[in-house]
Amino acid sequence: MARIDLVDLAQSYHGNDADIESFALKPVTMTWRQGGAYALLGPSGCGKTTLLNLISGILTPSRGKILFDGADITKASTRQRNIAQVFQFPVIYDTMTVGENLAFPLKNRGVPRAEIDKRVAEIARLLDLTPDLNRKATGLTADAKQKISLGRGLVRSDVAAVLFDEPLTVIDPELKWQLRSKLKALHRELDLTMIYVTHDQTEALTFADTVVVMHDGRVVQSGTPAELFDKPAHTFVGYFIGSPGMNILSAEVKGREARIAGHTLQLSRSYDTLPAGAKIEIGVRPEFVDVAQPGPGLLDANIERVDDLGRIRFARVRVGDAKFAARLPAGFSPSGSAIGLKFNPANVHVYADSRLVEGA
Amino acid sequence: MDKTINNKAWFLVLPVFLLVAFSAILPLMTVVNYSMQDTFGNNQFFWNGVGWFKELLDPSTDLGGRFLASLWRNLIFSGVILSLEVPLGILVALSMPRGGWTVALCLVVLALPLLIPWNVVGTIWQIFGREDIGLLGYALNRAGISYNYVSNNLDAWFTVILMDVWHWTSLVALLCYAGLKSIPDAYYQAAQIDGASRWAVFTAIQLPKMHRVLLIAVLLRFMDSFMIYTEPFVVTGGGPGNSTTFISIELVKIALGQFDLGKAAALSLVYNLIILIVCWVFYTIMTNAGAERRPVEGGAQ
Repeated sequence: MARIDLVDLAQSYHGNDADIESFALKPVTMTWRQGGAYALLGPSGCGKTTLLNLISGILTPSRGKILFDGADITKASTRQRNIAQVFQFPVIYDTMTVGENLAFPLKNRGVPRAEIDKRVAEIARLLDLTPDLNRKATGLTADAKQKISLGRGLVRSDVAAVLFDEPLTVIDPELKWQLRSKLKALHRELDLTMIYVTHDQTEALTFADTVVVMHDGRVVQSGTPAELFDKPAHTFVGYFIGSPGMNILSAEVKGREARIAGHTLQLSRSYDTLPAGAKIEIGVRPEFVDVAQPGPGLLDANIERVDDLGRIRFARVRVGDAKFAARLPAGFSPSGSAIGLKFNPANVHVYADSRLVEGA
Repeated sequence: MDKTINNKAWFLVLPVFLLVAFSAILPLMTVVNYSMQDTFGNNQFFWNGVGWFKELLDPSTDLGGRFLASLWRNLIFSGVILSLEVPLGILVALSMPRGGWTVALCLVVLALPLLIPWNVVGTIWQIFGREDIGLLGYALNRAGISYNYVSNNLDAWFTVILMDVWHWTSLVALLCYAGLKSIPDAYYQAAQIDGASRWAVFTAIQLPKMHRVLLIAVLLRFMDSFMIYTEPFVVTGGGPGNSTTFISIELVKIALGQFDLGKAAALSLVYNLIILIVCWVFYTIMTNAGAERRPVEGGAQ
């Protein structure tokens, strides 16, 4: 168990002298607190797995340092780091039984027999593997095999962290849900630092208390699910998280006013010092924009279709040429395609070159 | 679905049937025919029933004794070369590079002995082992180790075995290397995470994953060494005495040297039967292992 600090950590697959923009992981400095449940969220190829493999020691970083509880372990082997990792596809040892598979990481570290039996029995109980303990692992289904892989990751009680690399990819949707809640329960029970890599926002938001969003080799935001939703630090976080994603519109912002397509929008904060020459956009989640009859003070838009999600309805509209999503208040049905959009100013954010600008 | 009945389809099978008949069935029947008869030349044949087979399987007769002795020699030879070539092949495969241009170099070097014709291999070792002009024989004798494969039984065996190991270890190594290359990286990473030692990685991952190619390697090497003829014939001619006379050499002696067609035919059939049985046993083991493994590989993807 340990706090993990990354200091200017970067990884390049094209040599250390390559252009920084080509790095699979651009320099990142951050801290993973002991006992936290983290999700590493981002689209495929954004550097999530690279970051995970750097922490576990499968890869040696091109630049920067990794500290476990303040001690530099950048050069240490995986074994010395005492990390557990579960991979995307199940890895089982063919010749061993389920029980022997679970015992393998402990046996390799010379844990006494009695202690091994106790841990294996406990993990098997938590993962519902007890009836299969004496079966050969080879003949089991992919689900069961991945449970064994998870079990091998969790069986050591003293690990610095458990890393999961999209571990539920091969699992059926129904069982996926069960296993995820099980992992969450295990996290509470075992008090381990867990880092869970996924490209599925539901998975990330349900598992983690801190979600780290990655985009194009960079960590763009790290925060609670609520923070990511209410105050995305990057336009990418805005539209990657949430369904539908955040609306992003080019705008001219001056003081407390934003001008979009000839319409002036009042902002709740003042933006007096925007970087010169930057691309200025405003971002607002569809949940904070209401569709209304066109009228003075409202942004004019044309409705294209309505998505009924059951509890909530979203209207897909067009503002000038830009696509936009907004909430349809209950009981409201637009007459004709012309509508007005009513913004909740407190939830309108301003972005300069895709990054959030804090207003005063 | 209704199947169309059309007896003309037999004409499509006929060419293959004729080909197999002329290439395999008719020659085999000729051998069966000889094995039941005796001849004193002049193309005159006498019916002998299963007489030759009785004699062959009775060690107290000359034929039976020679057959049993050469069978034992052959089994010992196969056992020795398998116990040398399989571990050596695995070792070579494990120490080969996993990527880069050196892989191609290793593959070419390994494949070289496999490309040399059998009697050329025999000739190479026949000369290599000679004490007057051969590098091996001369060097050993100069180093004070008495070595002469023409007069010493053990030296002859040593030479024949060394020759086979030199010729065929590459095959085992190449098969094992193919097996090793098919193991996904995730297995090695998981083993690293699990703190497995080099030996544990070998026994828990590499050996089980090589299981199938190893079975094929053992089958191929057993068959080839059980049927070996050319190489020992060129090097030792079956000698000194009969010490390296394997079954095939014995068979040629009986058939062409003594012109005992009946005895030779009976020996051929029994020889053939042994090989078929061993093949069948291996095939059964392999298909069973395959059936046991199949759901796994399907499930993993």
